[in-house]
Amino acid sequence: MSEKELGKKWDRCLADSAIKLGTGLGLGIVFSVLFFKRHTWPISFGSGVGLGMAYANCQNDLRSHYLQHRSKKVTHT
Amino acid sequence: SLAATLTALSADVSEDTLCLSLCDSRHRRTKTDRCLFLSGGGAAKVVAAGLVTVGGGIGGTILYAKWDNKFRAAVENNVPYSDWLLGLALGPPSPKSGLPIKKQYKDCHEHQDTSVTAAVHPDTESPTATEPLKERPVEEVAAILAQQDQEEQDIATSVSASLEESLTSSAKATLQAIGAQEAALQAITRHTLKLKEAMEAEEKSAQWKDLEAALADRTGAVNDAETALSKANEALDSLKSVIDKSKGLKVSAVRPLVLAAEENLHNMVVDLDKVVTKVHSAESEAKIVSQYSELVNEAKQQFQREVSSLTPEIQANWKGLTGKLSSDDLNALIAHAHRRIDQLNRELAEQRVREQIHIDAALEQQKLEDQKALEKAVSTALQHIKEEARLEQERKLSELREVMEAEMRTQLRRQAAAHTDHVRDVLKVQEQELRVDAEQVLSSKMLEQETRYRQLSQEQLDNFTLDMNTAYARLKGMEEAIDSHVVAEEEARKAHQLWLSVEALNYTLKTANADIPTVPLEGAAQAVRDSCHDSDFALALSSALPEESLHRGVYSEASLRARFNSLRSLARRVALIDESHNSLYQYFLSYLQAALLFEEKQEAPPAQLCSEDLDPFKLLSYASYCLEHGDLELAAKLVNQLRGEARRVVEDWLTEARLTLETRQVVSLLSAYANAVGLGTTQAP
Repeated sequence: MSEKELGKKWDRCLADSAIKLGTGLGLGIVFSVLFFKRHTWPISFGSGVGLGMAYANCQNDLRSHYLQHRSKKVTHT
Repeated sequence: SLAATLTALSADVSEDTLCLSLCDSRHRRTKTDRCLFLSGGGAAKVVAAGLVTVGGGIGGTILYAKWDNKFRAAVENNVPYSDWLLGLALGPPSPKSGLPIKKQYKDCHEHQDTSVTAAVHPDTESPTATEPLKERPVEEVAAILAQQDQEEQDIATSVSASLEESLTSSAKATLQAIGAQEAALQAITRHTLKLKEAMEAEEKSAQWKDLEAALADRTGAVNDAETALSKANEALDSLKSVIDKSKGLKVSAVRPLVLAAEENLHNMVVDLDKVVTKVHSAESEAKIVSQYSELVNEAKQQFQREVSSLTPEIQANWKGLTGKLSSDDLNALIAHAHRRIDQLNRELAEQRVREQIHIDAALEQQKLEDQKALEKAVSTALQHIKEEARLEQERKLSELREVMEAEMRTQLRRQAAAHTDHVRDVLKVQEQELRVDAEQVLSSKMLEQETRYRQLSQEQLDNFTLDMNTAYARLKGMEEAIDSHVVAEEEARKAHQLWLSVEALNYTLKTANADIPTVPLEGAAQAVRDSCHDSDFALALSSALPEESLHRGVYSEASLRARFNSLRSLARRVALIDESHNSLYQYFLSYLQAALLFEEKQEAPPAQLCSEDLDPFKLLSYASYCLEHGDLELAAKLVNQLRGEARRVVEDWLTEARLTLETRQVVSLLSAYANAVGLGTTQAP
């Protein structure tokens, strides 16, 4: 069902963004604690990186049909 | 200033430059005219000199061209328009060379004369020569021949008439002449006889009267004879001229006439000559006799004179005076007689002596006369013989001609015979040909008749077979009708079966529930296929059912409708997303638009979509309307107009809708077909 595809994409997107954000945040915290004397900037940096990556992935996923370099279309029946 | 100019001229300076310089200086002065003239004087001189040279050249050329034609020709060839100029000045060019032309002309003229004369002869000859070449028609030839014969006949008749005329006239004249000559001859002989008689017999006045009468007669006769002779000669001459003229005509038919006339002429001439010679001989004889009689008369007269001189008393006619004479007279008379006898004897002796001489002289004379006569006779004889020879020749010629003509006639007869033979042969051949043609015609006619007979019999046969065929056909028709009834019933049964299967197929379509497709249509389709073996249309239709519907079944319209409603909101949300706008931000905007934009839930679609109607919201409302009103097809069409992500979202729904529509269409067609077939078979008779 083609109408369910979008919903699936959003699911993935959200999950991915949650993971990435969390990971980024965590890593940021870790790095901030370990290497950067508890500055806040690595945290925001890490979360930003995570968010950015999530955003890019999400966008890429949503766009994936329209990009030509893909060898096969993602079709879900 | 003028003087200064002139001195400048004499000072041997180029006047032009000086003048010009002067003119320049005096340019503003009023003496420009003279200056110009003077300045132009040099130019004028040059111009004049040039003109003179050119004119002289042209004039010289013209004069020389007049004298020498070759030069003129060369000039005309090389200089354009010079021929016009020279023609204007000198007239057209004379012929190329003068003297040779004259000779040529003379020769040409002579040649022309001879050729003309020669041409005249061939012209006259050639028509006559060409005439025999072309074959004149027979009638023309016959006509010409007849005409020629006629002409000849006419000429012959005319000539013969003239000849006869002249002949008769000349014959008359000749006869007259001959008669006159004979009369003259007779008169002469009579006269001579009378003279002789008168000499021998006694003198009688009656005899002398007779003699005179005879003499007159003779002279008259001789005159008559002469006139008659002249007349005859005239007539003969005219005849001769006529003969010559007719000879000059050169007509063959006239020749025998001419020949005969000539012979007649010759005979007449001969006779005339003979008679004339006779008359001449008679005349000569008469002359002798007259001479003798004259001598005798003279002697008598002398004697008489002597006697009278002796006896003057005695008169004439001394015979009757025997009684009257005296003896003296008698003695004187006897003495005289003796003397006379002596004289006579002496004369006789003298005569005898001179006899020979006299005889010789007489002979000479006679010889001369004989010679003359001989010559004359010879000449006349020669003439006569010549004439006879010529006549003989002519006769022989005419004979020869006759012989030739006879021969020619035989040859012609032979030719005619050959011609008749040839004609006979040709006729035979023609007869053969005509017979063959007639036989051919006959055979063709016979053939025609036979064919017609055959044709008629064939026609009869054909008619019979035709009748038989029609009867047979009708029988066959009846059988076929019966068979077709059976067939029709079979067909009806089949149609019924088809209808039933199609109905079953139709029923399976209804087995769809909400969200559950129908049962696979395979079985029903197979049943339909089984029941329509012979119908290609139905087979094609049944095979046109889409695979999905056969194996999986199709969704009902209601399920599709429900699905669409859920789809609609999704499509609304992604209305702005397409190939170029598909970032997250666009997604956010699209969701915002969907939240904020309100459209009609259902809107009736127009008959024609314009560009504004292609807005996804509008399309979706149109599609909803259609779906609510049961028009799945139109709804599918409208949904098909979506583009971009919205289209991707509704793709599956669209496919399902298509499947359903296809299946429904096929099934409806099949049912329509089955109905039609059923209706067809169950038609009332």
